[in-house]
Amino acid sequence: MVTAMTRSCRILGLAPLIVVLAAVSPAQVAPGNFFPPLGAEGLGGGAMPETSGKVVIVDFWASWCAPCKASFPAYSRLQRDFGDRGLVIVGVGVDDSPSAYSAFVARFKPSFVTVHDSQHKLVSTVQVPTMPTSYLIDRSGRVRFVHAGFHGDQTERELAREIEALLSEKAAAR
Amino acid sequence: MKKLRTRHILIAALALGALLQCACTSTAVRVRPWERAALADDIMNPDRDPLGAAMTEHVYFSREAASGGRGVGGSGCGCN
Repeated sequence: MVTAMTRSCRILGLAPLIVVLAAVSPAQVAPGNFFPPLGAEGLGGGAMPETSGKVVIVDFWASWCAPCKASFPAYSRLQRDFGDRGLVIVGVGVDDSPSAYSAFVARFKPSFVTVHDSQHKLVSTVQVPTMPTSYLIDRSGRVRFVHAGFHGDQTERELAREIEALLSEKAAAR
Repeated sequence: MKKLRTRHILIAALALGALLQCACTSTAVRVRPWERAALADDIMNPDRDPLGAAMTEHVYFSREAASGGRGVGGSGCGCN
């Protein structure tokens, strides 16, 4: 009887370990977290701008994503309106194909920097919930707002308001 | 005693199975948002050829007397 009980307990004792191992996956980057360093993920496509001490938008996009097409002119406007005051927008393309990435950039000619995450390293680290998703990061490198999807003028207005608020904040010590 | 032992093993096996199923359903077979290029391709759209779709629809409702049976306006009576 003791043997049977012991064996049952052993089997049940392994269960949480199995559950933990099966469920291990990187957590989504959420407001309040520090954003992973952009330079550390082997991104191609373009030179990474200086982001230290600046308000940064990191936008994940793909050429096959229709809302991403709608978002590019809006991000170009935001870069034009707030760039002088310290906003940096980085568009991270997640296309598998370099030619699809290049064709999209050539078509929309964004006024902001685009880089190519062809190996899906950064996007896997960040665990974006949908395409497109943009992360608004304050001067200390902390994510303050996350926009899942792009909803036209509404998203652009929200971003402008949030950028304005973050630009008016002083950099906090990291 | 043997009956009790068998019951314990059965309970343990059931619990383990349930936990494994819970763990697998949350992580396995999940296409991540950034991996949906193939799904977003136009070839995956069943209505990408409007003329072909209209012809297929015409054959379908003529043969099956099912006009409107695919979600368009109509009663499905076949009296087109």
